[in-house]
Amino acid sequence: MTNMDLNLTPDERQFRDEVRAWLQANVPKDWESRRATEDMKDRFAFLREWQKKVFQAGWAGIAWPKEFGGRGASLMQQVIFTEEMARATAPPLANVLGLMLIGPTIVNYGTDAQKKRYLANILSADEIWCQGFSEPNAGSDLAGIRTDAHLDGDHYVVNGQKVWTSYGWAADWCALLTRSDPTSAKHHGLTYILVDMKSPGVEVRALRQMTGETEFNELFFRDVRVPIENVLGKVGEGWGVAMGTLMHERATLGAGIQITFKRQFDRLTELSHIIERNGRPAAEDPVIRQKLAQSYIDIEIMRLNQMRSVTRMSQSGVPGPEGSIQKIFWSELNQRFQQVASELLGPYAQLTSGGAIDDGQWAYNYLRSRGNTIEAGTSEIQRNIVGHFVLGLPKSY
Amino acid sequence: MQFGLSETQQTLKNTTRQFLAAECPSSEVRRLIETDSAFDSALWKKMADQGWMGILIPEEYGGFGMGMVEMAAVLEEMGRALLPGPYLSTVLLAGSAIQHAGSEAQKQQYLGAICRGEAKATLAFLEESACWSPERVRMHAYAHNGGYVLSGSKRFVPDAAVADFVVCAARLDGELALFIVPSSASGMAARPTPALDGTRKLYELMFDAAAVPEGALLAKGDRAVAALEHAFAVSTVGLVAEMVGGMQRLLEIAVEYAKTRKQFGRPIGQFQAVQHMCADMLVWSESSRSAAYFAAWAMSENTPEAATAVSVAKAYASDSYREVGNRAIQVHGGMGFTWENDVHLYYRRAKGSEIAFGDATWHRERIAKLVVDRSDLLVR
Repeated sequence: MTNMDLNLTPDERQFRDEVRAWLQANVPKDWESRRATEDMKDRFAFLREWQKKVFQAGWAGIAWPKEFGGRGASLMQQVIFTEEMARATAPPLANVLGLMLIGPTIVNYGTDAQKKRYLANILSADEIWCQGFSEPNAGSDLAGIRTDAHLDGDHYVVNGQKVWTSYGWAADWCALLTRSDPTSAKHHGLTYILVDMKSPGVEVRALRQMTGETEFNELFFRDVRVPIENVLGKVGEGWGVAMGTLMHERATLGAGIQITFKRQFDRLTELSHIIERNGRPAAEDPVIRQKLAQSYIDIEIMRLNQMRSVTRMSQSGVPGPEGSIQKIFWSELNQRFQQVASELLGPYAQLTSGGAIDDGQWAYNYLRSRGNTIEAGTSEIQRNIVGHFVLGLPKSY
Repeated sequence: MQFGLSETQQTLKNTTRQFLAAECPSSEVRRLIETDSAFDSALWKKMADQGWMGILIPEEYGGFGMGMVEMAAVLEEMGRALLPGPYLSTVLLAGSAIQHAGSEAQKQQYLGAICRGEAKATLAFLEESACWSPERVRMHAYAHNGGYVLSGSKRFVPDAAVADFVVCAARLDGELALFIVPSSASGMAARPTPALDGTRKLYELMFDAAAVPEGALLAKGDRAVAALEHAFAVSTVGLVAEMVGGMQRLLEIAVEYAKTRKQFGRPIGQFQAVQHMCADMLVWSESSRSAAYFAAWAMSENTPEAATAVSVAKAYASDSYREVGNRAIQVHGGMGFTWENDVHLYYRRAKGSEIAFGDATWHRERIAKLVVDRSDLLVR
């Protein structure tokens, strides 16, 4: 290993400058303002167009191998790309699950025919993907899923219910985890199937969350027939297929979030000089100063942990359980941070519109951050992972 | 971007660990805690033979001129072993102040003696006000007979009883000044002030018209303030690295206990309440490690964010070491509250380290000055 150097190498800097220049020229200028007002469907159409543009410039799926239309980017380049996207407040890519999780899984486990059929349309956002994993009775205990897939001729017939499906309403395809062997238990007898969302018997219901938005859906499958060639990987080995890419997701996710927190912190600091507290700017209140400083510390620690973990992963080539440490850290950090923001803004913190500061963004953040310690693996599950896989403590369940 | 130790740095860290495992096991730590000064001259000599005394000191003064990252790697292992005695006081506190502000003659004399393992030293700064800001220094110094006379009292001075000389902050003509006072100076006396952490003894140093020669003045005015800030920054990074090593050891002790101690017919580490405490200990210690090495690197590169990085590391590690200690004791149950278990030795060190060079609250206010009071925000 070379000497410690937290600066970007000349190559990394060149890559960053290239990404930055492209984003500067291409990020839609009105994106920030459209966000609040637009209808969800219109917004999604807009995001699809944005991904097309990103794809045409060769930035979509940059981690994918070149032969499948990606850029074969190193982990560090992925981190830089994610950071620059966040720094430029670029719109998210419409097909994020396809790009981050399902595409890479197809690259790893797919047949040549499957790769040919699906990958290009994921990159171009011509086909949007969702992921059907969690069920009403299988959340943290994901291996307990019961959605049934039984063979009938050259089709699987699927029955069951999925929940917490992001982008379910917009998706053309679903990567579905099913139980193909009804006598099996837990991690065995699961099969990962690619389901056309236009198939008869698929129903999507919006799940309204406490913020009022509908980021997630419930999916219902009633006698849905799926051709046997849509099985990804081996029948009965769906658990391994599903888990293979989940760890990769956590590796770079933190890079973008950290930039977003930093930007929010800068804005909050700016506001602290304007907002009054006890007859003086909040920035002069000793208690607020302590809390702002602690938020700064937390965000900075998150950045540093991320850098160390990227270094480690770049060397080992495999994402480790440090992803769980990051997940625990950023989700709990954000809840503390949004509470600090609330305290600083005082009565204004609760306004969602009509005189609200920053169009009610802080009130929204406060509610939205509440989900952070639950989504993508609860803090409790992450601590179990750390306890067992990092510290070697015996499994508790 | 490369955020990890190089092979050479890792080797240095490993050999440090091996040396301390052999020369300073917990039995030796316990023995030294019971002594007056927690100092052992044989151990000191061996440490000097390892080259540790000159780790930061340039070659022309007899050192090795290594960087802050190497220093942090060594200090992490010292903290892990709970190494007692005046290493940090001598090498980081006094050594950095002299290296930063000393004249050529002062550097040759004092840094050379430190590198050869011949001199132990410390820095006397705090007074009755117990405030870490240089402007609060009140101790009086005045020129007399071609030299200086110091009067007053210094508090919380680490390792003063074994120091061969003391870098002492005082006020001269209204300005901050640093003096190098030899232990032989008449009118200077050390009184032990026993504290929670027995591995690093604290003293009150009393100066009753202590006379020093002209050459004892190390720096005055802005130069003195800069030297002091530098010495504190270096020492703070070293201390945080020690704290990381302590946290790492506490985590290992607690996890080992959780794997072997059985209740209700199973290892207590199988219970999530215990697992989650251990997971938190890991998050705190790893996060502190990131902050410590980043601060070390930022200082060695003299980056603009170095000052903030040092405070981020100290604030975070101060809270974390204490909390890691709390969890380690809790995991041990009643055993954790006993004298025979080593955990309390770390718990005591955690408290002493939390306080030294400013606790979390003090460093958060410093961060607020650096990031909240930025001038670009004030002109709006």
